[in-house]
Amino acid sequence: MSLLGKLSWSAIPFDQPIVMGATGGMVLAIVLVLGWITFKGYVPYLWREWLTSVDHKRIGIMYIILALIMLLRGFADAIMMRAQQALAAGGAQGYLPPEHFDQIFSAHGTIMIFFMAMPFVIGMMNFVVPLQLGVRDMAFPTLNSVALGLTASGILLVNISLAVGEFAKTGWVAYPPLSELQFSPGVGVDYYLWSLQISGVGTLMTGINFVATILKTRAPGMSYMRMPVFCWTSLAANLLIVAAFPVLTATLAMLLLDRYLGFHFFTIDGQGNAMMYVNLFWVWGHPEVYILVLPAFGIFSEVVSTFSGKPLFGYRSMVAATMAICVLSFVVWLHHFFTMGAGANVNGFFGVMTMIIAVPTGVKVFNWLFTMYGGRIRFTVPILWSIGFMVTFVIGGMTGVLMAVPPADFQLHNSLFLIAHFHNVIIGGTVFGLMAGYNYWFPKAFGFKLDERWGRASFWCWLIGFYLAFMPLYLLGLMGMTRRMQHYDVASWQPWLVVAAIGVVVILAGIVSQVIQLVVSIRDREQLKVTADPWNGRTLEWATASPPPAWNFAGLPQVRDVDAFWKKKQRERTQQAQPTKERKFEPIEVPKNSATGFIMAFFAVVTGFALIWHIWWMAGAGVIGIFLTMLAFAFRDEEEIEIPAEQIARFEQANRANQAEIAV
Amino acid sequence: MNIALAVDDEVRHEAALPSASEAGPATKRVVVGYGFWIFLLSDIVMFSAFFAAYAVLAHATAGGPSGVQLFNQRSVAIETACLLASSYTCGLMSIAIGSRRYAATYWAALITFVLGAAFLVLELREFAGMIAIGAGPQRSAFLSAFFTLVGCHGLHVTAGLVWLTVMMAQVAIKGFRATVERRLLCFSLFWHALDIVWVWLFTVVYLMGVVS
Repeated sequence: MSLLGKLSWSAIPFDQPIVMGATGGMVLAIVLVLGWITFKGYVPYLWREWLTSVDHKRIGIMYIILALIMLLRGFADAIMMRAQQALAAGGAQGYLPPEHFDQIFSAHGTIMIFFMAMPFVIGMMNFVVPLQLGVRDMAFPTLNSVALGLTASGILLVNISLAVGEFAKTGWVAYPPLSELQFSPGVGVDYYLWSLQISGVGTLMTGINFVATILKTRAPGMSYMRMPVFCWTSLAANLLIVAAFPVLTATLAMLLLDRYLGFHFFTIDGQGNAMMYVNLFWVWGHPEVYILVLPAFGIFSEVVSTFSGKPLFGYRSMVAATMAICVLSFVVWLHHFFTMGAGANVNGFFGVMTMIIAVPTGVKVFNWLFTMYGGRIRFTVPILWSIGFMVTFVIGGMTGVLMAVPPADFQLHNSLFLIAHFHNVIIGGTVFGLMAGYNYWFPKAFGFKLDERWGRASFWCWLIGFYLAFMPLYLLGLMGMTRRMQHYDVASWQPWLVVAAIGVVVILAGIVSQVIQLVVSIRDREQLKVTADPWNGRTLEWATASPPPAWNFAGLPQVRDVDAFWKKKQRERTQQAQPTKERKFEPIEVPKNSATGFIMAFFAVVTGFALIWHIWWMAGAGVIGIFLTMLAFAFRDEEEIEIPAEQIARFEQANRANQAEIAV
Repeated sequence: MNIALAVDDEVRHEAALPSASEAGPATKRVVVGYGFWIFLLSDIVMFSAFFAAYAVLAHATAGGPSGVQLFNQRSVAIETACLLASSYTCGLMSIAIGSRRYAATYWAALITFVLGAAFLVLELREFAGMIAIGAGPQRSAFLSAFFTLVGCHGLHVTAGLVWLTVMMAQVAIKGFRATVERRLLCFSLFWHALDIVWVWLFTVVYLMGVVS
């Protein structure tokens, strides 16, 4: 046994130009960014204000930056797959050999679900939820920072797999026995498993943190039925995280034991049971779908109500529908594998439950439509995404109900029809929602709006590109094309795959527009500067400055209604402006910065990498490092710092002056 | 510092205000205890996945030994007694912390530690005995599930012992300050939760394993 375990120079794929090109690009980008930061002298600022920050707003923004970078990575995989399938018809083999193509579709799924959609959703909740609740921070600020660090560690490991070794060739679900040592002896599956285990622990921490925050720390007067809908959907999503992610952790742990210590959970020999993995995986996997989409539903609720100038139609039914989905999402998992052969009654039960879960979702769609009905709608970028979502998501929902019929599913299982369906709901639901939220809350986070013209361009490219890219896949599925094909013999499929490839290029134009939108907006930030309440908002996040101070609110707001801020504005309008009294400010305690999250992430990467490559001494060192970090955190003396009243008063005064200036 | 006290605090806190859900942010102690409860629930969900795997694989012995042949009822009974007794002493520790008595706290913690360690030693002896006769986790799917489920509980007990040691160091160095007390509250919740898991484990693995 060598000092470096299985690691050697042969782990770096020097003979594969595509991989080396991508690796080189990635390394170059990292070096350039780090070099620029160092050269400009931003390192202390970055460390003090961001990397060690436990402020929920900063953490939220960092999550979203990670997610946007991973969107680019996952999308690059998508382009490569579409290009391959557009080319590889008949005798042609395309440009990607099978073992590379297999890694790409596995990485695409893993990255998009775990490292794009999840951090994006969590980042959005992190930034928004405490502000909407009218409080100063999360229940456990340092835990929040550790969770971010662990997510980033998982992301780093997945990206290291591009350069050192390989990624899984098993698909993003890594079903055994294919993912067992016998059939996947390389490190690819280990990269998959350890990156998900590490980031999964972080996600669980986030879930606990949000449940405690939403249920135990709300502004005075904010009873449950006065919470903004986004907080409700976030609560539901985080309850699902708490109840579902431990199952994923346990399942992946079993597969790890099989691979590392010769256990027999899912192996062919020793009477292992591979179908148990599939069951357990989807016991987590189906709630995961709702973890991703429920917060997006919350974003749409906020956006639709704000830009229609009306309270949300059927607030109570929206809450009830959200919680119904939260419960029902645990009794539909078997629809992911009707073909397992569980028998007619079992399949029938899960088929019916799947159809039932569409009902509360339908309730939500009607609530949004009725909110818009009779409203004075302002067609801003966020509402465009919302309307695009409503049309697209309903189509995806209907194809889902279609596949909930077990006999139909036997035909469509593992075909491109399925691929089209879940991209239809995940892109049409989650991604559109996140884009709406990104445009909606950006001015709150940075104090200036995003450029409208480029925003609209990006929306239309995404929407048109989406339909071009995925509607052909429904047809191809009905024509019998299965998923994950590196090449195919049926020539009549090719034209549709070419259309799909064109669609991806149009989506690329949408992504490029978004990058330009960001650059242009930063350039024109002085003209795009906003007040605290740029959209005439309804909830408490619009009551504080843009960007909000570290302490969010100088005094905790008193809540009397749902749409607390809207009602407050109405009261003030009718009461006539009273001469503003000189406000007295109290000093505020905020949690102290902590490097715990960053150091923990460092050791997590060391441990993960060592375990993947069987470098046992290094894994031991990493675990000891994690333990010592926790110990150091437990023994620190000072946990909070006090912000003096004068500083708060100064900020409030400057903010008022600033607001008046923008208003003029 | 025990659970009953924590509940009491909350009731008093609520009684002063019109509605609990409108009272504004809860006290730090309530938030920490509540968050830890959520963690415990998630931990129990994880155990339930291992329980499910065990239930599925309980008869998948692949021609190897089954529970009836392997389980030693007497040793398991002593293990159970140790763990349940340690829960009792953990409760005594909570009372001692509540009345700020250092010596009583250390003594109760020490007995809790010793009982927990005795449990672990007995469990490891059982594992070693099974592996010695070729009934290790690599033998069959049943044994894989058994070692994982019981071992996962054992790992939790180990973590609890380390945690208890650290907490006693904190009491010695920092005294009964608010953060230390909150952590001790979480520790006692954790220790009692391990008992609950063990009761299930004892029933599902050891009792049902011998009956069938």
